[in-house]
Amino acid sequence: MPRTLLIDPVTRIEGHAKITVRLDDAGAVQDTRFHVTEFRGFEAFCRGRSVYEMPALTARTCGICPVSHVLTGAKAGDAVLGVEPPPAARALRRMMNLGQILQSHSLSFFHLSAPDLLLGFDSAPGARNVFGLIDAEPEIARRGIRMRRFGQEVIAALGGRKIHPAWAVPGGVLGNIDPEAVERLRAEHETIVHDAKWAWARYGELVDAHPAEVAAFGDFPSLFFGIVSPDGAWEHHDGLLRFIDAEGNRVGEDFPAERYAEFIGEVADADTYLKSPYHLGAQGGAPVGPQAPGTYRVGPLARVNLAERMGTPLADAALADFRGEFGRVPLGSFHYHGARLIEILACAEQLGELLNDPELGSGPLRAEAGINRLRGVGVSEAPRGTLFHDYRVDEDGRITGVRMIIATGHNNLAMNRTIGQIAEAFVKGPDVAEGALNRIEAGIRAYDPCLSCSTHAVGQMPLVLRVEAADGTLLRELAR
Amino acid sequence: MAGVNLKIDGVEIEAPVGENLMQAATRAGVRVPGLCQLDGLSVVGACRLCMVEIAGTPRPRPACATPVGESMDVHTDTPRLREHRRVLLEMLFAEGQHICAACVASGACELQNLAAELGVDHVNFTPPPTRLEMDLSHPRFGYDPSRCVLCTRCVRACAEVEGAFTWGVAGRGRETHLVADLGVPWGEAESCTSCGKCVSACPVGALFEKGTSVGERRVTRALVSTLTARRDRESHREVLK
Ligand code: SF4
Ligand code: SF4
Ligand code: FES
Repeated sequence: MPRTLLIDPVTRIEGHAKITVRLDDAGAVQDTRFHVTEFRGFEAFCRGRSVYEMPALTARTCGICPVSHVLTGAKAGDAVLGVEPPPAARALRRMMNLGQILQSHSLSFFHLSAPDLLLGFDSAPGARNVFGLIDAEPEIARRGIRMRRFGQEVIAALGGRKIHPAWAVPGGVLGNIDPEAVERLRAEHETIVHDAKWAWARYGELVDAHPAEVAAFGDFPSLFFGIVSPDGAWEHHDGLLRFIDAEGNRVGEDFPAERYAEFIGEVADADTYLKSPYHLGAQGGAPVGPQAPGTYRVGPLARVNLAERMGTPLADAALADFRGEFGRVPLGSFHYHGARLIEILACAEQLGELLNDPELGSGPLRAEAGINRLRGVGVSEAPRGTLFHDYRVDEDGRITGVRMIIATGHNNLAMNRTIGQIAEAFVKGPDVAEGALNRIEAGIRAYDPCLSCSTHAVGQMPLVLRVEAADGTLLRELAR
Repeated sequence: MAGVNLKIDGVEIEAPVGENLMQAATRAGVRVPGLCQLDGLSVVGACRLCMVEIAGTPRPRPACATPVGESMDVHTDTPRLREHRRVLLEMLFAEGQHICAACVASGACELQNLAAELGVDHVNFTPPPTRLEMDLSHPRFGYDPSRCVLCTRCVRACAEVEGAFTWGVAGRGRETHLVADLGVPWGEAESCTSCGKCVSACPVGALFEKGTSVGERRVTRALVSTLTARRDRESHREVLK
């Protein structure tokens, strides 16, 4: 009789995840499933609204990366107006995205993942959190907090101190950067680059400390997808979209955002609200599960793997180390952590370039235009991966249709596969140890998915583990 | 000029006959909240936010629509009135779809300001299930019925100041909404002169300039009042000539 383990995090507002591990009669893992809720009714909510409101409205659907929705919504709006924002506006938008990636990666790495990585997956759960980290490794905790705050300051210098800075709008941005903030950020910038360099230097040590996790945390060949700059360098906001395979070869041509539907299909699964996008060109057509040939990954590891170079000296040196150590295309999802640290370096360096640019914020900030296209697609790299907004409007600019693909969606098949791999390695029968549960959580967290649980600053997803027989009888329950 | 003496929140004040309690209170330095009243436009007493208590009268009265009287003892800020205003505000919010974070008027909205002032931070009534579509057919302006509080300031500004009579009110109860001309999209209303007086009179984010985004509404509400005040002066000059 097959048995079912249910790992069910307590629901918060953003949507929740549930992990089911199905065991066969012998207690071995038969199947794993990752279920997520998505923005329900979102399209109905936006229909009839003005395209000018979309950056702000979409930001409200997601409390975790509102900045990414604001920027992507503004880009989709640019496409509806048929304009390119003035250069100053584009530079400021890029700056906000860099700030967002920096602050989000700092949270993901230093607050959420570092306790596991530095204190160990089997360490006492009560201390395996950011407070435990502050006790054991005060320096890394302190620097992590400082980097995150710097990223937040960049966002605030542009959008003001709001939770949802609806500052990017179709055609450009609403306001210029606060010159006093530029001074402050400039003064602190060196320290941040130094912190980022220091954090990267410790990555090798973390990999060495966790060989079993490196091997089990989603180490499998897949495609990678994301934005690259037209010259092939690392990119996060403007540029073309690229797929590469597990060897690093380009799969097909690079393409602009509005052509995404030619390359990406989606399968719906009755089990979960999150659709599973897959690469259409892959042989075999639509995939039936996470082993499918069209499975791809987005996010830090994908962006770093796609890039021919990072484009700034320290990040390029880090990339060379990374590839020297783990190959041209590191495949293990554990390496999302490493990629995140490289991106933190790149963000810090690129922010420095912007902050020291005497032209920053000069010239017009907004292109005005009417409704010139009835469809607009925007794409940007959210910290956790590629984000698409696809709007259809009527001739007055009222929304008639919305489609969004979020990073967590792109990674859905890969996350499923990762959970399966971890469960196979660490779950043996219904007597699941705390450490196994924790590894499943950490395996998901490597992708930094936008689930309520991934924002738990104290470090643990609130998990309930239920071990059930096929008839639903509770065999065992593990909660924390 | 014939005058009366009255007390507003303890302040003794002399007021000309014909003035209303709202105007008298303003001169006494007492601000009475209200949404539908705008200087220069006729008084409709529609929103009921300006209710005040008058000693010796059993029920509160709308300050904007109540003339001053001799020896009145008026109270504008009692616990009962505060509660009444909070409930009214909550109902106004519940009747529409107010997402300030996405609204052009945020930061310059009379409804939002009142909510902040009266401490309304959540709504206890269930919002309506369907959203009303925006009318973006006018080349310069937009109308969002889901943010309209039906104060009719736009209707009066259009009729009384511009003389165009474009706007009217149609429907009943929850279905009440504005109509341009005989119910055509605003952009097709032949009477509309595109003067924008309605937009400037709107207390909230229901009427707005197209192409503007969150928080970009300019506060121009005094425009209609200024225009009417100037007109009065002009007509005086005519008389003097
Ligand atoms: S009209 Fe005022 S209260 Fe309503 S959403 Fe806009 S700012 Fe908020
Ligand atoms: S559109 Fe504005 S001014 Fe007109 S009735 Fe509605 S809230 Fe009042
Ligand atoms: S202001 Fe008096 S009833 Fe509206």
